[in-house]
Amino acid sequence: MSAARRSSASFPSAARVELGRTQLRRNLGHATATIRRKRLATVGELADWEELREAGRVIKDRTMRSLDRHLEEFERAFTAAGGEVHWARDADEANAITVAIALRHGATEVVKVKSLTTDEIGLNDALAAAGVDAIETDFAELILQLDGDWSSHILVPAIHRNRTEIRDLFRRTIGDAELTDDPSQLAETARRHLRERFLRARVGISGANFAVAETGSLVVLESEGNGRMCTTLPNVLISVVGIEKLVPRWEDLEVFLQLLPRSSTGERMNPYTSVWSGPVEGDGPREMHVILLDNGRTRVLADAVGRQALHCIRCSACLNVCPVYERTGGHAYGSIYPGPIGAILTPQLEGIDHAPSLPFASSLCGACEEACPVKIEIPRVLVHLRGKAPKPRAERRAFAALAWAFADRRRYERGQRLARLGRGLGRLGPLRGWTASRELPQVPDTSFRDWWRDRGA
Amino acid sequence: MVELLERLDCTVEFRQEQTCCGQMHLNAGYRDEGLALVERFRGVFAGADAIVAPSASCAGHVRAAAPELPVYELTEYLTDVLGVVDVGARFPHRVCYHPTCHSLRELHVGDRPQRLLGSVGGLEVVPLADADQCCGFGGTFAVKNADVSTAMMEDKLDRIEQSGAEIVTSADNSCLMHLGGGLRRRGSAVRTMHLVEILAAT
Repeated sequence: MSAARRSSASFPSAARVELGRTQLRRNLGHATATIRRKRLATVGELADWEELREAGRVIKDRTMRSLDRHLEEFERAFTAAGGEVHWARDADEANAITVAIALRHGATEVVKVKSLTTDEIGLNDALAAAGVDAIETDFAELILQLDGDWSSHILVPAIHRNRTEIRDLFRRTIGDAELTDDPSQLAETARRHLRERFLRARVGISGANFAVAETGSLVVLESEGNGRMCTTLPNVLISVVGIEKLVPRWEDLEVFLQLLPRSSTGERMNPYTSVWSGPVEGDGPREMHVILLDNGRTRVLADAVGRQALHCIRCSACLNVCPVYERTGGHAYGSIYPGPIGAILTPQLEGIDHAPSLPFASSLCGACEEACPVKIEIPRVLVHLRGKAPKPRAERRAFAALAWAFADRRRYERGQRLARLGRGLGRLGPLRGWTASRELPQVPDTSFRDWWRDRGA
Repeated sequence: MVELLERLDCTVEFRQEQTCCGQMHLNAGYRDEGLALVERFRGVFAGADAIVAPSASCAGHVRAAAPELPVYELTEYLTDVLGVVDVGARFPHRVCYHPTCHSLRELHVGDRPQRLLGSVGGLEVVPLADADQCCGFGGTFAVKNADVSTAMMEDKLDRIEQSGAEIVTSADNSCLMHLGGGLRRRGSAVRTMHLVEILAAT
């Protein structure tokens, strides 16, 4: 099991457990419905929303076609600005580079901006193994870290937790016994806890939402301001960036900085946008590193249908509109990339054999594709990956038998007659999943074909 | 559907060689088998002026897989090709319409079904809350992920029962089979009917 995976349970069995958690379902149903409403309202304000989506899709598509060129251009620009670029083939390489830099600066503690990419590679564990504490400074990530829990949503990692649960956790860990569940009190508790750590940290760690090739800039969008502190207060800044985060030109940000906040939080603009292009004398970190991470991405790029999963800008709109995600939450997907995008990203990054049930964790309702700001055809990629997924032998046989019957009219008609005779047998075998909650269809006594033939006679 | 189309002066032909369009195989990950069935479909339906299906799901699949074929979902054919909204039906009942995912997000049939239903004599269309949410059927999803499928279905059935409708209708028999199975298991008084059964009623 690689680092992005947090559980090896199959989706159906993990989902069954999550479905039984009524508080979780209430928290999720409430939270996703609120974000859905906000997204629809702010997206509806822009008359050119569809053109923006198409622009986003085209920029990503073109960038991927010549990613090698853009990556080298980024390296030149960032290096020329005084930064240092490292290349990491996989999680181990990226972790080793980060650990080495932290140790070189004598750090025993690093402060982190919320970053899925560092979660993907399991960076916190790698740092801990080297004696370095990684402190999550995003409010939700802090909650999860204090509780030994893990993220269940790309953007709202603790979406499965409510205020009362957080109050109880803070009382146990960083707060005092009188703490209430008033959001401003909870935030103040976290702020006091984090502030001293920001001030003493020598090394900050971030990911990036975008990396601009022509200017060698990294861009981080956030809501709390903790990211700005991590990227400006420490002397050393290390950013772990997946190679798919590249955009060629500065002006491409015009498109994505409109698409991302409206799709993710339903805001017109996110509260904090930090951009840095190498160290600046007398302001911010004196040493800036970028680790460009592959970790399976070039393999995804080689798949003509599946590669569009790399276009994702991690807005999480597809999670919030997904009827499956809304009911199971993120943990059922067993990966730090949950929801519809996770169902196409995880099996590709890690290999289909490591996550064979994920492409089937969808009713193919299409709500995700409709909401995606860069128009990733998630249902199409799901179906594509289903084709590659290993399937149970009994199922393969059943589908082969059906294909054989469908290939010939007489076999097909015999099958229909058998289905009429076999009414009631469905409580056995593979249809148990159906009959546990649903009656079998009532098969009419006369088939349409018989009716048609009698009518012609 | 035959009776309805004949009433509207169409010459209906049923090619008995037809079997399955291949959607089930394709969506379940059996690509080669699915494409072979699409190929077979092409041959069976060659030369038809219009191929009309009472299923948004099948029509959407064939349109995507064989875009050169003149395939229509029933409500598209009635409103766009025949240009009728009032099909002369009479059905004095309270009905709610569940827009299936493939009619809504794949075929984009929009309000065609509601316009057709609105012209049916005696029929009262009652609104369905959260109508655009998937009912949880999803083909093999209903069996492979039966628990999640059921959770989605239960929410949909609650909305259907809260609507006060006697009948729930839609453009896809597969979704109706799933919802109907759930309604009967609940012992609900609400029944499922395909849209075409209502439009054919007089």
